[in-house]
Amino acid sequence: MHSSLKNLILILLPVTAFLFSFAIGRYAVSIPQLMSTLYGHYFGGVMETNLETVVFNIRLPRIFAAMLVGAALSTAGAAYQGMFKNPLVSPDILGASAGAGFGACLAIYLSQSGLIIQISAFLFGLAAVFLAYLINVKLDYDPILGLVLGGILISTLFSSGTGVLKYFADANDKLPAITFWLMGSLSSVDKRDLLMVLIPMSIGFTSLFLVRWRLNVLAFGEEEARSLGINTKRLRLIVIISSTLVTAASVSICGMVGWIGLVIPHLARAIVGPNYSILMPVTFIIGATYLLLIDDVARCLGSVEVPLGILTSLIGVPFFIFIFKKNVRGWK
Amino acid sequence: MEVVLEVESVSYCYDQSRILHEISFMVEAGELVCVLGPNGCGKTTLLKNILGLLTPSSGFVRIDGKDVQKLSPKKLAQVMGYIPQAHNPPFPFKVFDVVLMGRTAHLSSLALPNKKDEEIAYESLAKLNITHLKDKIYTKLSGGERQLVLIARALAQQPKILIMDEPTISLDFGKQNVVLEHVRLLSQKGISILMVTHDPGHALFCADKVVTLKKGRLLKIGLPQDVISEDSMRDMYDTEVRIAKLKLPDERTICVCVPVPRASEICMSA
Repeated sequence: MHSSLKNLILILLPVTAFLFSFAIGRYAVSIPQLMSTLYGHYFGGVMETNLETVVFNIRLPRIFAAMLVGAALSTAGAAYQGMFKNPLVSPDILGASAGAGFGACLAIYLSQSGLIIQISAFLFGLAAVFLAYLINVKLDYDPILGLVLGGILISTLFSSGTGVLKYFADANDKLPAITFWLMGSLSSVDKRDLLMVLIPMSIGFTSLFLVRWRLNVLAFGEEEARSLGINTKRLRLIVIISSTLVTAASVSICGMVGWIGLVIPHLARAIVGPNYSILMPVTFIIGATYLLLIDDVARCLGSVEVPLGILTSLIGVPFFIFIFKKNVRGWK
Repeated sequence: MEVVLEVESVSYCYDQSRILHEISFMVEAGELVCVLGPNGCGKTTLLKNILGLLTPSSGFVRIDGKDVQKLSPKKLAQVMGYIPQAHNPPFPFKVFDVVLMGRTAHLSSLALPNKKDEEIAYESLAKLNITHLKDKIYTKLSGGERQLVLIARALAQQPKILIMDEPTISLDFGKQNVVLEHVRLLSQKGISILMVTHDPGHALFCADKVVTLKKGRLLKIGLPQDVISEDSMRDMYDTEVRIAKLKLPDERTICVCVPVPRASEICMSA
């Protein structure tokens, strides 16, 4: 495909998906209605209040959240795949998701408010990765293998913790709440949630974008990267902190959403190749669009919402096999 | 002559066993020095000490008079280029991007390579006559082509010295010679090179100076024809060799080293 055409599609794709997602849903909004509401909201004028509420308080936060989370998990996955020199890595490898999941379950178990659940999830996500990193430092083993090992240990620890909480949770109200939270959903996202994740997300995205050329070099391994002039220890730390910030923030607002961080970087690599200077922005765009569309399906499929985590896996698995078949080049 | 690389009584210990014993030698500007030795003699450990990847237990490695241990990875990479054995990265990078990565040490810390970096990367490909590989996928190249791309990447670093770790090790007979001839021509253009090899033939073919190692100790330093003798080869590799002079079409005379193991040695090793 011609590269300028490719660029055009990559820019139009999220914009189209964005407008389309406003229009669909249980409360149908046509595109002209949407345009006049948007215009009216910002430039004054007489409005149909129902429409404005739907657009600005329900749909807009949810659409932004879906795009942010999709972009976050995808870019974190892409960064980790480069850092671990392994195309099969996803953003939860160092325990960020397991930790955040445990944090949320703990808060639900202790009957805390939605705000506390979100904060607890975020902080436990950070703590889990910190512990995994600490194990790696204490082991003083091969940095990459040590990190993976630390991540596996910590993930297992926190998953068992979640299991314990589920076992003791009240089967009538808390257990369903925990289970539903873990399956992932964007149905309760509001403006406050968005504002809360904005800071960690912007820090994470900015630094991942700034180091993206260096990720190429890191993919050649520790010794080569160092001999090419990279302070590998510092770069790894930057990548881990940034990816953890965006991943933990994502999990804290929408629960566990799997497969995106693994599948989207591959899809992006199939389209623009493995060079991170281009791969990173494209992964961001495709990730944002993908989760937005999946969330559209989640809220329109039936009268009861399908959990997002289930949909991303259900759609992600065949999608992954398809990319794998079409694009073995992206692997070796 | 200006000294580019100075290895001064470097020892390295790992878990209480001493792997290197007070190794000292120098690489002067424009010189091609080969480090020769059998498996397990400490060649790779020595190399990692020189590259700053390991810290000597005692002694110093200096480049341009500066201690390698005290230079940042970035500063070190601006003067020292490393050419590892050809291998596969996990992603199918384009050859040009791989060579462009050689410019990393010259970029300000968060920048992307610019037009000038691209020009330098292209020149590096041109120096090795492999500009036709520019848009190919690195992981799909043959071993010999990959090795040349890695040399081009190191050239894009514009270093004072190239450090090579057995650059011909997994290549077939023909490709070994292509790579070796490129190494020889580069050194003639004035780049200092330190090459680790296990093949005395390669050292005889292109080295200005040979350093031989055995069990972590330095045996000899000197001209290839002086250092590589029937006696020293027996000492290092426990094998009999014959060495003969050979005149090449370009009027150079080089020595060749042919192994002639005795029947008793074969029984011993088998």
